[in-house]
Amino acid sequence: MTRKVLVMGEWKEGSLRNVSFEAISAGKTIAEGGEVVGLLLGETVKPLAESLIHFGADRVVIVEDEQLAKYTTDAFSQALMAVIEKENPDAIVMGHTALGKDLSPKIAAKLDTGLISDVTSIEIEGGNVVFTRPIYSGKAFEKKIFTDEKIFVTIRPNNIPSLPKDETRTGDITSLSPEIKDLRTVVKEVVRKTSDGVDLSEAKVIVAGGRGVKSEEGFQVLQQLADVLGGAVGASRGACDAGYCDYSLQIGQTGKVVTPDLYIACGISGAIQHLAGMSNSKVIVAINKDPEANIFKVADYGIVGDLFEVVPLLTEEFKKLKVEA
Amino acid sequence: MNIYVLLKRTFDTEEKITLSNGQINEEGAEFIINPYDEYAVEEAIQIKEEHGANVTVVTVGGEEAEKQLRTALAMGADQAVLINTEEDIDEADQYTTAKIIAEYLKEKEIDLILAGNVAIDGGSGQVGPRVAELLNIPYVTTIIDLQIDGDRVNLVRDVEGDEEKIEATLPLLVTAQQGLNEPRYPSLPGIMKAKKKPLEELELDDLDLDEEDVEAKTKRIEIFLPSERQAGKILEGELDEQVKELVSLLRNEAKVI
Repeated sequence: MTRKVLVMGEWKEGSLRNVSFEAISAGKTIAEGGEVVGLLLGETVKPLAESLIHFGADRVVIVEDEQLAKYTTDAFSQALMAVIEKENPDAIVMGHTALGKDLSPKIAAKLDTGLISDVTSIEIEGGNVVFTRPIYSGKAFEKKIFTDEKIFVTIRPNNIPSLPKDETRTGDITSLSPEIKDLRTVVKEVVRKTSDGVDLSEAKVIVAGGRGVKSEEGFQVLQQLADVLGGAVGASRGACDAGYCDYSLQIGQTGKVVTPDLYIACGISGAIQHLAGMSNSKVIVAINKDPEANIFKVADYGIVGDLFEVVPLLTEEFKKLKVEA
Repeated sequence: MNIYVLLKRTFDTEEKITLSNGQINEEGAEFIINPYDEYAVEEAIQIKEEHGANVTVVTVGGEEAEKQLRTALAMGADQAVLINTEEDIDEADQYTTAKIIAEYLKEKEIDLILAGNVAIDGGSGQVGPRVAELLNIPYVTTIIDLQIDGDRVNLVRDVEGDEEKIEATLPLLVTAQQGLNEPRYPSLPGIMKAKKKPLEELELDDLDLDEEDVEAKTKRIEIFLPSERQAGKILEGELDEQVKELVSLLRNEAKVI
């Protein structure tokens, strides 16, 4: 069965987030040969639209409005609903990001449809589109289908591979200008607390610290390693509770669940709650003084030693590698 | 002020997940208030202490959820509502749960609804926002600070590590993020008092709902456990040699660098 799929792209600091391309790829699978329509909402998004086509969208709809310069639930839901009413898609896909998590349940309630959130893979099995997603923070997985005809999913960043970029692809870019009004919440200010660009949920490499990092300053050593690898810094609950870092960095059953290509655990013992948040990473490295630490049971590679000796050495090695490349 | 808190009973985070007959094995497992909902309960009680309020905790589930409701009452909530769907519903999803809660709340006078931003079991994060939409009130998700000044509410929202300062007005629904507060432990007198606090039990009939009205839009067809990770290689030798070996392994064997 072919489906018309509407895929919402997402931007940050003027460029598209990778999850946009992954969502297009997910949309292609769901479409089963049907049309994949990209969508961008923002103040100025036209320059980004072509890129969605290069990654597999057949055409793109944009809504440009100064009230979409910053995300608010009301403004974005009004714009999105206008596009949905016009396009009447069979399926909707967006990223399971802060934006997608906030926006998707409202749209699902408005449309009176189901919503499968945080999808990590999609298969067509016996006429059904089957969605796999983690439950219990990744301690288990479930496969779900829709009992209704309408499909609506959010996909977890970094799990569904995007399609190769093809700059020869072309498609229409059309614009819609719905009225956006009566916004009930106002964003007064955005305080940047994260370092440049790399978000934990999208990072390919995560360097995470636990109680063994011992202080806020200790985390700078991890940040240097993350910087060389173009990754992000995360933390265990122990480190957050001890005040070494912000709760927004916490990885685990409470906190974020992450699936990077490379997870480097430094001074983390490996409590079950932490493992739930990271053990689906592709490759895990553990650095810990205690050879009995639980984290070694899930690590692909382990170094028993003081992280304050190991991590700087590691940073130096990767720097050399970078120079060679 | 009338405050409602949406609460879910979940597996303790300490629990290992095992399957029996293709279902999650609940036998012998410890259950708790979903940790994010616990922040919501705590925040409601703090607002009550500062401004005065009547706090009602609401859950949808089975008989066993009474325990978690009593815990919330012991923390300081005033009354609890258990919407018992055990008899009526086999398969529920977020569509189901949100519709039931919204049906219960729609005739109530509401100033503020608090919920967790996500439950650590199902992990969808849908129910709070869905309920707000069904009641046609605005919502702000993943909040880490909330100040009420008359009808105005100033909030700080966690957005992937950055912070948004948001202004809204009551009535409002918010979902709690970690860092919002430090939930209290119920005191002994609190626990004693909780036993006498009102706990209303309702069924779908009482809400004038039929099974079909809340029929799930999605269906689980399988549960499986991730393949267990095998312990890998512990490197040996001088530290700088180990580090060199690790980089080479990551590059040539694991191919992640």
